[in-house]
Amino acid sequence: MATTPPVLHDSDTARRNLRVGVLAFMGALAMLGLGYAAVPLYEMFCRVTGFGGTTQVASEAEAAQAATLVTGQTISVRFDGSTASDVPWTFRPTQATDTVTIGQRDIATYIARNESSKPVTGTATFNVTPEQAGKHFNKIQCFCFTEQTLAPGQEVTMPVLYYVDPAVLDDPDMQGVEQITLSYTFHRTSGPDTAAPAGTN
Amino acid sequence: MATTAEGFDVHSDHSHDAHDHADHKPGFFARWFMSTNHKDIGTMYLIFAIIAGIIGGAISGIMRVELAEPGIQYLTWWAEFMGGGSDLNTALHMWNVFITAHGLIMVFFMVMPAMIGGFGNWFVPLMIGAPDMAFPRMNNVSFWLTVAGFFSLLFSLFVPGGSGPGAGTGWTVYAPLSTSGSVGPAVDFAIFSLHLAGAGSILGATNFITTIFNMRAPGMTLHKMPLFVWSVLVTAFLLLLALPVLAAAITMLLTDRNFGTTFFDPAGGGDPVLYQHLFWFFGHPEVYIMILPGFGMISQIVATFSRKPVFGYLGMAYAMVAIGVVGFIVWAHHMYTVGLDVNTKMYFTAATMVIAVPTGVKIFSWIATMWGGSVEFKSPMVWALGFIFLFTVGGVTGVVLANGGIDVNLHDTYYVVAHFHYVLSMGAVFSLFAGFYYWFPKMSGRMHSELLSHLHFWTFFIGVNVIFFPQHFLGMQGMPRRYPDYPDAFTFWHEISTYGYYIMAGSMVFFFVNIGYALVAGRKAGANPWGEGATTLEWTLPSPPPYHQFETLPVITDAHDYHDHRPATA
Repeated sequence: MATTPPVLHDSDTARRNLRVGVLAFMGALAMLGLGYAAVPLYEMFCRVTGFGGTTQVASEAEAAQAATLVTGQTISVRFDGSTASDVPWTFRPTQATDTVTIGQRDIATYIARNESSKPVTGTATFNVTPEQAGKHFNKIQCFCFTEQTLAPGQEVTMPVLYYVDPAVLDDPDMQGVEQITLSYTFHRTSGPDTAAPAGTN
Repeated sequence: MATTAEGFDVHSDHSHDAHDHADHKPGFFARWFMSTNHKDIGTMYLIFAIIAGIIGGAISGIMRVELAEPGIQYLTWWAEFMGGGSDLNTALHMWNVFITAHGLIMVFFMVMPAMIGGFGNWFVPLMIGAPDMAFPRMNNVSFWLTVAGFFSLLFSLFVPGGSGPGAGTGWTVYAPLSTSGSVGPAVDFAIFSLHLAGAGSILGATNFITTIFNMRAPGMTLHKMPLFVWSVLVTAFLLLLALPVLAAAITMLLTDRNFGTTFFDPAGGGDPVLYQHLFWFFGHPEVYIMILPGFGMISQIVATFSRKPVFGYLGMAYAMVAIGVVGFIVWAHHMYTVGLDVNTKMYFTAATMVIAVPTGVKIFSWIATMWGGSVEFKSPMVWALGFIFLFTVGGVTGVVLANGGIDVNLHDTYYVVAHFHYVLSMGAVFSLFAGFYYWFPKMSGRMHSELLSHLHFWTFFIGVNVIFFPQHFLGMQGMPRRYPDYPDAFTFWHEISTYGYYIMAGSMVFFFVNIGYALVAGRKAGANPWGEGATTLEWTLPSPPPYHQFETLPVITDAHDYHDHRPATA
């Protein structure tokens, strides 16, 4: 077939090797970038789809519009509150459960008291279960949107203004769901003023 | 030198000049520490993998002995021996360190170096008719990065890692156990070990992709490549796309641990579940990285010892491609219990089950290759048959575990342990031994003992089955993974399982005696000791092959289809 024997190493092979090698390596670098891009993408994905029970944020206008679709059907909401081990607060809902009209805005309150002798700043993480309820659970105002600082011994009532979207009635995944649990966990906000944790370790 | 066709025989018969030139080797230090020769690097990878395998296997022995009866028998001693305290907490931490070290060593420093670094380096260039890898120096860097990674992992065993020395996070290194849960530098060293090994593997993958795309002999099209080369090509792509994601995830762990970031810490807006997603986006392709080169080897071996071309070559090649592609979109089946909604679970269940299709194509084709063939039960073939049987058993339990509903019950039980040891400790390892016995004569120039190989096979086969089959029962009865102690009810099968370990450990004696025997007193191996069924290019070279091969490239003509990879002989 070939008249001259093929040669071992020629500059052409070396150049082609370098090109493929560099391309492959860039592919690896792109995947590394994608790994980091996953952090904001995952956050965005959860926020948009309510994945993992991520609740939604609604404006007054959206709440008003939802209120026009009220059919009178109700759903039960259970409230849960806890703190991370390094937050020396007592934190609990004022009501264990509440029956709300779907589409109608409602208010729930939590009570938090700083049991330590130092001011402590915390932020609450939140979600709802069952997780498919996340995209239907809308908060208009919530103490969890901002950091909360409690002076030593201070007790405050923290409100959350929310409604359950009437779309819940048309969602096949929500069929048979009679109760939504709204849960908060307070974490200590990292920062220079909170460098020394109150706990023992 | 002769033209293309005879260019091959040059090394074995005529022309001493050419032979001397091809076999000119550098001095010891330059040859082994600054090696750029794919065969030498392959040999070093294999020796490295065997050493790592002995350490990883010894650790599993410590665990099996501890698990032989309920209660804590030896862990306290080990904790003190490793420099920790003598209290129960340190002993329990020691257990976590053992499971972590066993997993990481076996995955990153035994199976991967042996499959890809060892056999891949040795035989990909030979099988495609290339003189060496595309980037020989980078090949050397890959190897020593892997070795450095191994030492980093071993070093982590001797520095504080929480309630005792060593990293006790499991091979998955889940946050928050690996971040706020493990104080001390041990976990940092373990993570660094993964960085080094991962970097080595990424460089290696780049090298393989370039070699396979650019350095094939004239006429060897992609569709004429031996299936082992196909398997390494697919594996290299998986490495290239999966490992950087692990690198990103564990770098985030490092900064979470040391620099106050909160990627996986809810207090700062992070999410530990994100780590699991990232880890398993790497981790699932990783399990195919560990088994695909084995698939390739089994294809070569089954065809060789059936004296038949492999059944459905293109189907076999593209089944591996399909497994590789689908392997990237099934990761969440490892995390059914983190709270996925039912639709997500349904998707991941279905996608996972789909993998059974290309895998089934492969099992079917291996059996069809043997069907009507002139099957010869030489040592590589019995290991290959063992592979097919045991991998199928592991595949069946895999289909069970793929179900989101059933997995909730079986998650993190010994059923899972049994499943992945059937596909890895038996699948991957059996293919490694099959490949070892298949290519040992080629690599060393000496024949091993068939008797010892068969004894090794049968004792190993019985041993691993006695270890892992009862673990299905334990798992279904609720024995959780990663615990050194258990209620009395589980004693019976745990005890049996530990007896299995002794049988398996004993079988390794045959292996090492066999290597020693072959190297000292083994018959000289000819160019092709396996007969007419061995049709790939490495069998056209003498055993061992000359230090530099294919100075005149072989030419594969159109007259050859993918059944015969050798050049024309006339």
